[in-house]
Amino acid sequence: DKQPILSENETHKGIWVFCEQTYGKAKRVSYELLGEGRRLADILQVNLSAVIIGNNIGDEARKLIAYGADIVYKCEAEILENFNDEIYIDTLTNLIEIYKPEIVLFGATVYSRSIAPRIASRLNTGLTADCTKLEINSDNRVLLQTRPAFGGNLMATIICEKKRPQMATVRPMVMKALTPNYSRKGKIIAHTPIISEKLSTKVIKRVKHLSSIKNISDAEIIVAVGRGIGEAKNIKMIEDLAQLLGASVGASRAVVDAGWLEYDQQIGQTGKTVRPKIYFACGISGAIQHLAGMSSSEMIIAINKDSEAPIFKLSTYGIVGDIMQVIPALIEELKTRIADKNLNIKNRFKKY
Amino acid sequence: MMKIVVCIKQVPDTTEVRLDPKTGTLIRDGVPSIINPDDKSGLEAALKLKDEVGAEVTVLTMGPPQAQKALREALAMGADKAILLSDRAFAGADTWATSSTLAAALRKLDYDLVIAGRQAIDGDTAQVGPQIAEHLNLPQVSYVEDLELDGDSLILKRVFEDGYHKIKVKMPCLITTLSEMNQPRYMSIGGVFDAYREKEIITWSLNDIEVDTANIGLKGSPTKVKKSFTKGAKAAGKVYEVEPKDAAKIIVEKLKEKFII
Ligand SMILES: Cc1cc2nc3c(=O)[nH]c(=O)nc-3n(C[C@H](O)[C@H](O)[C@H](O)COP(=O)(O)OP(=O)(O)OC[C@H]3O[C@@H](n4cnc5c(N)ncnc54)[C@H](O)[C@@H]3O)c2cc1C
Ligand SMILES: Cc1cc2nc3c(=O)[nH]c(=O)nc-3n(C[C@H](O)[C@H](O)[C@H](O)COP(=O)(O)OP(=O)(O)OC[C@H]3O[C@@H](n4cnc5c(N)ncnc54)[C@H](O)[C@@H]3O)c2cc1C
Repeated sequence: DKQPILSENETHKGIWVFCEQTYGKAKRVSYELLGEGRRLADILQVNLSAVIIGNNIGDEARKLIAYGADIVYKCEAEILENFNDEIYIDTLTNLIEIYKPEIVLFGATVYSRSIAPRIASRLNTGLTADCTKLEINSDNRVLLQTRPAFGGNLMATIICEKKRPQMATVRPMVMKALTPNYSRKGKIIAHTPIISEKLSTKVIKRVKHLSSIKNISDAEIIVAVGRGIGEAKNIKMIEDLAQLLGASVGASRAVVDAGWLEYDQQIGQTGKTVRPKIYFACGISGAIQHLAGMSSSEMIIAINKDSEAPIFKLSTYGIVGDIMQVIPALIEELKTRIADKNLNIKNRFKKY
Repeated sequence: MMKIVVCIKQVPDTTEVRLDPKTGTLIRDGVPSIINPDDKSGLEAALKLKDEVGAEVTVLTMGPPQAQKALREALAMGADKAILLSDRAFAGADTWATSSTLAAALRKLDYDLVIAGRQAIDGDTAQVGPQIAEHLNLPQVSYVEDLELDGDSLILKRVFEDGYHKIKVKMPCLITTLSEMNQPRYMSIGGVFDAYREKEIITWSLNDIEVDTANIGLKGSPTKVKKSFTKGAKAAGKVYEVEPKDAAKIIVEKLKEKFII
């Protein structure tokens, strides 16, 4: 008698989160994905596993349990001090083949967006890019993966019905991390990474930008500036406001193209996607490519002298006025309030 | 001589993208098409190598017959050969099936370097480049902003959110390029002339490449678009036309509500 052949839907169980790390610390999106993964795992009544690859990552592995993982697969090697696509891809593919999860989630970061497609190809399965919403179809356990395309003009819900695992990259700042609970119990399983004898790529230099205030991806408040600022020297005013608020300074492409701020600070389709609590758009018209990078901010405050500027269609609060007057007034007002009440602006950068 | 294949995708010029207010679908009629910006920078990088050390540059696209236009532009910029992969059987492909089709075409070509854009501005996935590399078993370096030839290797600047790596990779390999990498040249007049008179576009259909029909087009795609819709536009908020001082007070009130101050 032949065994009935199981479809992949029946052979694959459990949810996995790939927890990207640098310098031994997981990216914040990893915790966000564990929060979302936990929610999905509870719906499907399966385990949530985290995979972490790197060098000296023991402490981080424990932390992943506190953030919701039942099992952590930990792959350590000295050579993994740096990313190496070949090792990561071989190792992850191998683990997925051994344990057969039904869902694998990655952060939509530069690195994970580079390795996840290859892993999906090698496993003969689909990959949905840049998801902003995940749901389970309770009839058939299929993951409904919703994502923006066409620079945010269109949303699409993608499914991968027949192949397993169902794989997705998920945008940072969209899902909610759980409050870590260090008394949670979980299992850490060590695996030896697969290191091919003939590696064809080598990192010969590694540069980390010295940007504390600059890293807009993680800021809770962003003061973004557009061409309306007029000239480079006026940027100072924006930086003063940002400093008062403990905010980061962002920019439209017009400002970056003019060389007034760095590409790191560009927000939009060809720049960064941000989702701060508060987004100030100062002298930004609101072109669709700019909106693609900031439209899901929690509160948008736009200041523009043109009452017809498209940014007002999206803003929570709009101020029709000249930024050269409104911003100095705002700085004044903030200073007096802070002095009045002896208030301190809290440090606005999330620690992670 | 070094052989480079650049994968280019014809995309709608997104500044012009409009949605049909009734159906919510994209209006493609009358929307101008361009070479995807990341790919055009990749092409420029290839043409620079051609200028500096000599190289044969082939452009490859999969798409409907109209995609010829993108290839002609690439030829006019200085590419040597152009290949259009066009067949109804290729239509409706997700990135998995798109990359198996492009990889099948690449297997018929000689290359030291394959260049793809980081990401197409319509599909927005950034998956096709790495997936071609997987099908061809090539090392990959993605998000490349700078390229330098070093013997039979390349030294590449790969940018991350918070910094960059310099990576050395031996050819043959595949890289995905960022539009920030360079300023693509314009078509030259002689180039335009050549592109239409001298150079021809080679068209390959399903019969011209070796690929399992189970791996292409809509049928060969593991993912499906279940539904698509426009984001319900956020209701516009309140707009104030007041004196700067009052505007400042309003903003500070809102910040207070959010516990910012
Ligand atoms: C493929 C592609 C990708 C792109 N990617 C991006 C991207 O990632 N990010 C991005 O931002 N753009 C991007 N763009 C560019 C985008 O289309 C716009 O050109 C750009 O966002 C405009 O920047 P801006 O709003 O600063 O300038 P403008 O559109 O020139 O707007 C300036 C605004 O300032 C206002 N203003 C002027 N003076 C004052 C004043 N004194 N006080 C108050 N208001 C004032 C004006 O009323 C106007 O609304 C992209 C474009 C393309 C084609
Ligand atoms: C709304 C919507 C959402 C989608 N979401 C997904 C998804 O999540 N997952 C998925 O697998 N598919 C998805 N697709 C299908 C996907 O857009 C197509 O497979 C498309 O052919 C390639 O993907 P891309 O445009 O994202 O290209 P990218 O992967 O972003 O392109 C990267 C590079 O690959 C090269 N390249 C891409 N296409 C071609 C081509 N036809 N010819 C030559 N070179 C090319 C170019 O150099 C390009 O710069 C979606 C389609 C739509 C309409």
